[in-house]
Formats: sequence, structure tokens, C-alpha cells
Amino acid sequence: MRFAVVVFPGTWSDHDCQYVLRDLLGQQADLVWHRDADLSGYDAVVLPGGFSYGDYLRCGAIARFSPVMDAVVRHAEVGKPVIGICNGFQVLCESGLLPGVLMRNDSLQFRCQDTYLCIENAETLFTNELTPGQVISIPISHGEGSYYADDATLDDLESNGRVAFRYCNANGEPTPESNPNGSVRNIAGIVNERGNVFGMMPHPERAGESLMGGTDGLLLWRSVIQAGVATVAG
Amino acid sequence: MFRARVYVTLKPTVNDPQGLTIRGGLHSLGFESVEDVRAGKYLEITLEGDDKASAEKQVTEMCQKLLANPVIEDFRFELRET
Repeated sequence: MRFAVVVFPGTWSDHDCQYVLRDLLGQQADLVWHRDADLSGYDAVVLPGGFSYGDYLRCGAIARFSPVMDAVVRHAEVGKPVIGICNGFQVLCESGLLPGVLMRNDSLQFRCQDTYLCIENAETLFTNELTPGQVISIPISHGEGSYYADDATLDDLESNGRVAFRYCNANGEPTPESNPNGSVRNIAGIVNERGNVFGMMPHPERAGESLMGGTDGLLLWRSVIQAGVATVAG
Repeated sequence: MFRARVYVTLKPTVNDPQGLTIRGGLHSLGFESVEDVRAGKYLEITLEGDDKASAEKQVTEMCQKLLANPVIEDFRFELRET
């Protein structure tokens, strides 16, 4: 599968994404500078973590107007996968491809730690290699990851299976104590209505080798690759 | 030329942990009278415009498109000719 990993000024997780996709999973993964406006040669687009444009004004607010974002929107419109991780999730929310917004952590602290995620919908682009209720461990690393949307939006997300997973404890319970940033309803990852645009705050590219503390992140990447293969075959 | 003073504030329904922390700081300084603090952003924008109405239209668009996120924020501004 051909992945474009988009690089904005201030992106920091681009090489980690490329390493996991290319070196660990044997996919094509190219770094694409944000001034490139052509993504037509790629099957999937990854917006990685970081601090695009210094997070000035609001996280992702300036990156949203980069030339590459028109191509990302077109890529999403034709139904191809778009995956936003951390800052990438923030960019997708700012651009309107996903609902809601990521706000300052309720602790006001930058949180860099492992989190447990409970899989809620195992049929999304990013979770089809998992099972509902499965608990996986993926690290977070952010200061502004508190997901917020109004109640009507949240109800819509939940009733349509668009919450992919929530922060939880080791037993899979989404408790207040297991919520690292104050996200409403412990939401950690969501998909758009069509199911091809995916956003999550935790970093699956940092859970690819046991040396790094775990390999659960590979399950998510393998889901995307599996979904891509199915699309091509179909 | 026009000078706009833009205030971006969190909507009343949105939780503001920064504001709560600042309130705590003020209390610990002895300002027990402080009931509530809401943190926001303040921007000064200098721009050209044919008249006040067109400058006002431009600043409104800036706020809607970039300066405020309508999911969580409200905006208001004052405009004066310089």
C-alpha cells in the first residue's frame, strides 16, 4: 500500500510513522511536504503528530490552510483513508473533516504516558483487526488532547458507531481516573460519517516494537492495510 | 487604515481549566472576592479598508474563518479608524 505521510513545519512524528509503515510493515511510505498539493499517487494519507506552525492560535488551525490540505480533502471525498494522529487529529477537526475540537488537557499538564484503549467499534478502517471490548495499550504525548463536542454531536457519534475507542483502565472500564486529558465521554478516537477519515490522540506509531514497550499499535496499522487490500481486491 | 481589537472567548458552556487555575492563583494571593475567571485571546489587527463597513466585514470573516473556532469560541471586536 502507498502511504503519504504529510510533513508540516513543526511535525515531529513523521519519521516514526514512516519507520513503522516502511521498515516494520513493508509498505511504501513517503514523506510529503505540506506545499505539495498532489496526493493522487497514494492509497492512504497520514497526518502525523507534532506542533504544526508552533500550535499558534489553536492546534492545527494554521496547518488547515496549507496547500496540501485541499488534496487531503479531495482524497477524503473519494473515499480513500485519511488518518490523523495527535496533531493530525487536531488538523482534521479544524478542517471540518471530523467533528469537535481538541482542547487543553484538563490537568493543564503535558501528558506523556501509556494509556489503555477499549475498542468500541471493531469495524472501522483503523480497528478491523481487533474485537469489540478488546483492551490495547498505546502511548499518548500531548498537552491539548481533551476532545470536546456538544451533546448532540456526541450522541450522533455514539449512536452511529463512530467512536472507535475510549480511554479505559486495564479492565476495559472507561473510568474518570483512566481519562488522561478530560476528553468528553473518554473519547480517544473517532471516524467520520463515511468511515474513511479517522482521528485519534494516542500514537500507534510509537507502539510498534517490544523494545518500545509494546506492539499494539501494529494492530491498528494492520487494520488500515487490511482495509486497503480489501478495497483494491473489491 | 483601521485598527481592530478582537476578543476571542470560550462559550459559556465550555469548561475552562485555565480560567479555574487562574482563579485559584488569585484566591491564594488573597483576592477572595474573585468568583470566576475565563481565559481568552486578544488580537490587534491593522488593516486597510475603503470604509468602516468594509473593514468590519473583513474582520468578521477573519474571525469566522480562522481566529475563532465556532465549536467552542465566540468573538467580538471593536474597530476604529487610525
